[in-house]
Amino acid sequence: MSTPKYVGVETEYGITVDGPNPVNPVLASSMVVGAYRAAGDDDVRWDHTDESPQRDARVGTVPEPGEPMIDDELGLANTVLTNGARFYVDHAHPEYATPECTNARDLVVWDRAGELILADAAERAAASLPAGSRVLIHKNNTDGKGAAYGTHENYLVPRTVPFGRLTRQLLPFFVSRPLYTGAGRIGSELDGRVGFQLTQRADFFEVEVGLETTLKRPLMNTRDEPHADPERYRRLHVINGDANLCEVATFLKVGTMLLLLDAIEDDALPAVPVLAEPVAAFHAVSHDLTARVELPLEDGGTITPLALQRWYLDAVRRYVKDRDQPLDATGEEVLTRWEAVLATAEEDPRLLAGQVDWATKLELLEGYRARHGLEWTSDRLKMVDLQYHDVRRDKGLYHRLAARGRIERLVGDDEVAAAVRTPPEDTRAWFRGECIRRFRSQVVAAGWDALILDPGQDSLQRVPMMEPGRGTRVQVGALLDEVEDVAGLLARLRA
Amino acid sequence: MSDGGQAHRRSSDQADTQAEEHAPVEGEGATAREVVDDVDELLDEIDDVLEENAEEFVRGYVQKGGQ
Repeated sequence: MSTPKYVGVETEYGITVDGPNPVNPVLASSMVVGAYRAAGDDDVRWDHTDESPQRDARVGTVPEPGEPMIDDELGLANTVLTNGARFYVDHAHPEYATPECTNARDLVVWDRAGELILADAAERAAASLPAGSRVLIHKNNTDGKGAAYGTHENYLVPRTVPFGRLTRQLLPFFVSRPLYTGAGRIGSELDGRVGFQLTQRADFFEVEVGLETTLKRPLMNTRDEPHADPERYRRLHVINGDANLCEVATFLKVGTMLLLLDAIEDDALPAVPVLAEPVAAFHAVSHDLTARVELPLEDGGTITPLALQRWYLDAVRRYVKDRDQPLDATGEEVLTRWEAVLATAEEDPRLLAGQVDWATKLELLEGYRARHGLEWTSDRLKMVDLQYHDVRRDKGLYHRLAARGRIERLVGDDEVAAAVRTPPEDTRAWFRGECIRRFRSQVVAAGWDALILDPGQDSLQRVPMMEPGRGTRVQVGALLDEVEDVAGLLARLRA
Repeated sequence: MSDGGQAHRRSSDQADTQAEEHAPVEGEGATAREVVDDVDELLDEIDDVLEENAEEFVRGYVQKGGQ
C-alpha cells in the first residue's frame, strides 16, 4: 500500500542582458527576482532554518566539501510567492521552484506558471536598466559552450524505502527516459560528430551516484534534505532531467516517476535489467535519435532504451493492476500517454514532434536547415535552437508553434494564469501561499516547512509545517476565513 | 481543485482517442498536410522573429554553470 507522493520541480533559467551596458548575470538575476512583485507588495523572505544540502542519503558517507554558499547569504534576492513557489537567485540564474503538488497535472500547471512569472519579471527588470536594454530569459539547461544549469525534480518518498533499492531500480529508467524528457540540443560536449542530440543535460553527467550537483554530476543524486519530517520522509532529488516546454513532456517526466515510486515503495518490480555502464549508456541514448541504440547489460546481453521503457511500463501496469488501490484519473492518463508515446516511437521517434521538446525542435531545425542549406555547426541554426526556449510568447519559437496549434496542450491558459497567484489546494503550499496573500505584512519569512509570523507582540512565532499533506484548503480554509490577522491565526492554531 | 476532475476526464478522453489511433498527435483533426503547412508557415516568418544579428547573439550567449 503506497503512500501519497509529493512533487516539486526547480528550474534555473538562462539569463542574458542585451544592451548598452554589460550587467553581470548574478546582478541581472537578482534584478529579475527583485523586480517581480504583486503590485504594492513587499517581499516575503526565505526561511533557511531547516536547510542542510550536505546531508547525504547514503548511510555513513561523509559529505564532500565544495557545495557553494546559499546565495541569499550573499544578499541576493530570494522570495516566496502567493502561489506557494520560491523565486530566487541560484548560481547566477533566476530560479523558480514550484509549490508542492500531489500529481503530474498540477505540476504542469505550476511549472508553466513559472514561465509567465519569469517573462513578466524580466520585462520589469529591463525597465530599470538603461534605455535599449533587454533581459532575455530561456527555459533551457545549457549555453552549448560548456555550461549546464539544472532542472531538478523533487519527490518525497517514505524514509522506509531503502536508498539502494531506489538507485538500483531507477538508474535504467533515468538512462532511457530522454525519449520523452529530452529538450534536445545542437552539438555535444563529448563527441564532435553529434549534430543534434535528445537532451541538453546528458553530456554533463559523469558518475552514477553522488552528492554533487555542479561538478561530477551524478545520475542519482544523494542529497537528502526532505524539507519535511526527516523521520518519515526522504527527498529524492533527481537532477538528470531537462527543462521542458511541451506539457506532454513535463506530464510524463513527473507522472511516470510518481507511479514508478509507488511501485518501488511497495517493492513490486521484478528484477530490473542492470546496465553495464549507466553513464556511458545515458550519453549513448542522448546521442541516438532512433531510441534503438543497443546498451550493454551487466549479464552480457544488450537492451535498447525503447525496450527498457517498455519493460518499465509493463512492470508499472502489472503493479497497478495487482495492487489494492485504485488508480486516479491522472495516473490513468499517465499510463495511456506513456503507452502512446512508446507506440509512436516504435514507429519513428521523430513523429513525437508536437508532444516532446526534442522532436518538436528537431522538426523545426531540419526544416530551417533544408531551406537554407545550413550545416549543424551554423550559428544561425543554433539561434533557432536557443530561441525555441525563449519564454516570450511573441518571440519564443515554442510559443509560435503552440500558437499555430502545433503543440499538444494538456492544461488551459486560464488555469496557468491563475496559478501565477494561487497555490495548489491540496498540499501545505496552500497554507503558505494563502498566509502570504492574506497577511503579507505579518509573514516575516517562509520556507518549505515553516512560516515565521509576527503577531505584533514581543516575539516572532515559528509555525512548523513538517507534513506536506497538512495545510490544504479543506483542512484550513475555513479557519483562515475566520481570522483577521496573524495573532488570531496563532490563537486558533494553539487552541 | 474544484474543477480538476472535469479537466482530468477531458484530457483522458483525448488521450484514449490518440492511443487507439496510435498516431502522432498533430492537433485536433489536423492532417499531415496541414502540419507541414504549420511548420512551413513558421519557417516563412522565422527570420522576422529571430534575434537580429543571430550569429553574433549565439556566439555571445555564455551562461555561468549552475547545478
